[in-house]
Amino acid sequence: MADATEGGATTKRMAQPAAATKPAVADRVHVWPYLVRNEFICTIIVGVILTVWSITIDAPLEEPANPTQTPNPSKAPWYFLGLQEMLVYFDPWFAGVVLPSLIIVGLMVIPYIDINPKGNGYYTFKERPFAISTFLFGFIFLWVSLIITGVFFRGPGWNLFWPWETWDPHMVIALTNVDLPAWGPFKWLGNPTIFGVEVIGLVLTVLYLSTAVIFYYWKRDTNETIRQLGPVRYGIVAVLFLTMMGLPLKIFLRLAFNIKYVWVTPWFNI
Amino acid sequence: MISLKALKQKVVESQLWRSMFRHDYLDTPRNRVLQIMANVWLHLHPPKIRRHAIKIRFTWCMGGVTFLMFLSTVVTGVILMFYYRPVAEYAFADMKYLKFDVPFGMIVRNMHRWAAHGMVITVWLHMFRVFMTGSYKPPREFNWVVGVVLLTITLLLSFTGYLLPWDQLSIWAVTVGTNMARATPLLGTEGPFAQVVGVTPRYDARAFLLGGTLVGPPTLLRFYVLHCIFLPILASLLMIVHFWRIRKDGGISGPM
Repeated sequence: MADATEGGATTKRMAQPAAATKPAVADRVHVWPYLVRNEFICTIIVGVILTVWSITIDAPLEEPANPTQTPNPSKAPWYFLGLQEMLVYFDPWFAGVVLPSLIIVGLMVIPYIDINPKGNGYYTFKERPFAISTFLFGFIFLWVSLIITGVFFRGPGWNLFWPWETWDPHMVIALTNVDLPAWGPFKWLGNPTIFGVEVIGLVLTVLYLSTAVIFYYWKRDTNETIRQLGPVRYGIVAVLFLTMMGLPLKIFLRLAFNIKYVWVTPWFNI
Repeated sequence: MISLKALKQKVVESQLWRSMFRHDYLDTPRNRVLQIMANVWLHLHPPKIRRHAIKIRFTWCMGGVTFLMFLSTVVTGVILMFYYRPVAEYAFADMKYLKFDVPFGMIVRNMHRWAAHGMVITVWLHMFRVFMTGSYKPPREFNWVVGVVLLTITLLLSFTGYLLPWDQLSIWAVTVGTNMARATPLLGTEGPFAQVVGVTPRYDARAFLLGGTLVGPPTLLRFYVLHCIFLPILASLLMIVHFWRIRKDGGISGPM
């Protein structure tokens, strides 16, 4: 063991002179004119686009505000429609408060939980596959596609419409959603509760979260990344990741099996 | 007759000229550096930069475009403030006034709105680019955190501005957007554990935000002040930190 450590240290020391043969100062160019020129041209192009756009397309202005007349559908600004879309699948306290807060906090902690030193300052997928695919999934698949759904595919009653379909405000879609304990595979258990807390939902939620714990103890000794992360950082990664994946999971359960809540308690429902 | 060359010489060597311009324009390495260092607007830049950093395909120019969008909204926003009153009785009428009576009023309003929407998109793309190049990695961790706060402020700026036209689109979008505050755990009347704190519809997180139980005149004034004073100042301060830290963290990221 001691030999191995020593060997590793030697290799590291040996590697340094080789790296030092690279030029000490990177290949640099003068900011004036090479960067300022780019900024100038970019400013002109963007300025022209913005001006032409503003001359040709008017900002919307509807009827004066009327608190007694609620439009159907009432849509939030387009950049918040991903959040509004989540309200279909989760209760407001979770979709409207907890998840947005977790998105912001989750983004902020990225530099502290991503301890992979590779891929700093250049495009690469191979050297950081987990980080890139998780980010792309969250940004493109969840955030952007939910916004597109909210902007183009939601009509009166927050029902789904194709963009070319006429909105029928009187369309009624029968709500056949059931809570998980009333769903086929769990029906025979008869929905046991303790102090009003559904046991099936509790067990499933705990099972879902415990996958992270099981994975940790299973992989900790063999997986170098998990060992370097340590229990605290791993825990943060796992909670954020499982919370994020909870959204597509709930979307799937709702769309495929009409599940309303997975877990009902007297205080909150998930 | 005095020659043009002599005249130029006279002007350039005058005390007035020398007091404003400290160096001449000859294309020498020294002047290229002074061009940046001696200019208050350009000294944000380093005199020299790594070659890959000026490539459009590396940065997409998105941070700069975001800043440009912010500047556009500030300029057009100040102009709009001359014509707009954040009072429920006047706000909508002032929008019509801007549209039909104020010279170029509609173009100014359009530029303000489209630049604001553009800024939301470019700030997302900027974050996307920074993530893809791993530029948040040490030593730039904290600048990423500042960036996430700036992203949030951008959305809040856009959202508070959305209410100001005081038309059906704005009050209902803001109603939908702020209804969620009612469900804040502990602090919202309809949130989990609200009974523990004892909040009421008049005294909870949403009422604090709106200045009442629904989107009304107090909300308009609140959002106006947040939109025109509080959030822009906060964003400007954080932008100063954001730009300063790029320099302090070793300039724009690149392969080691």
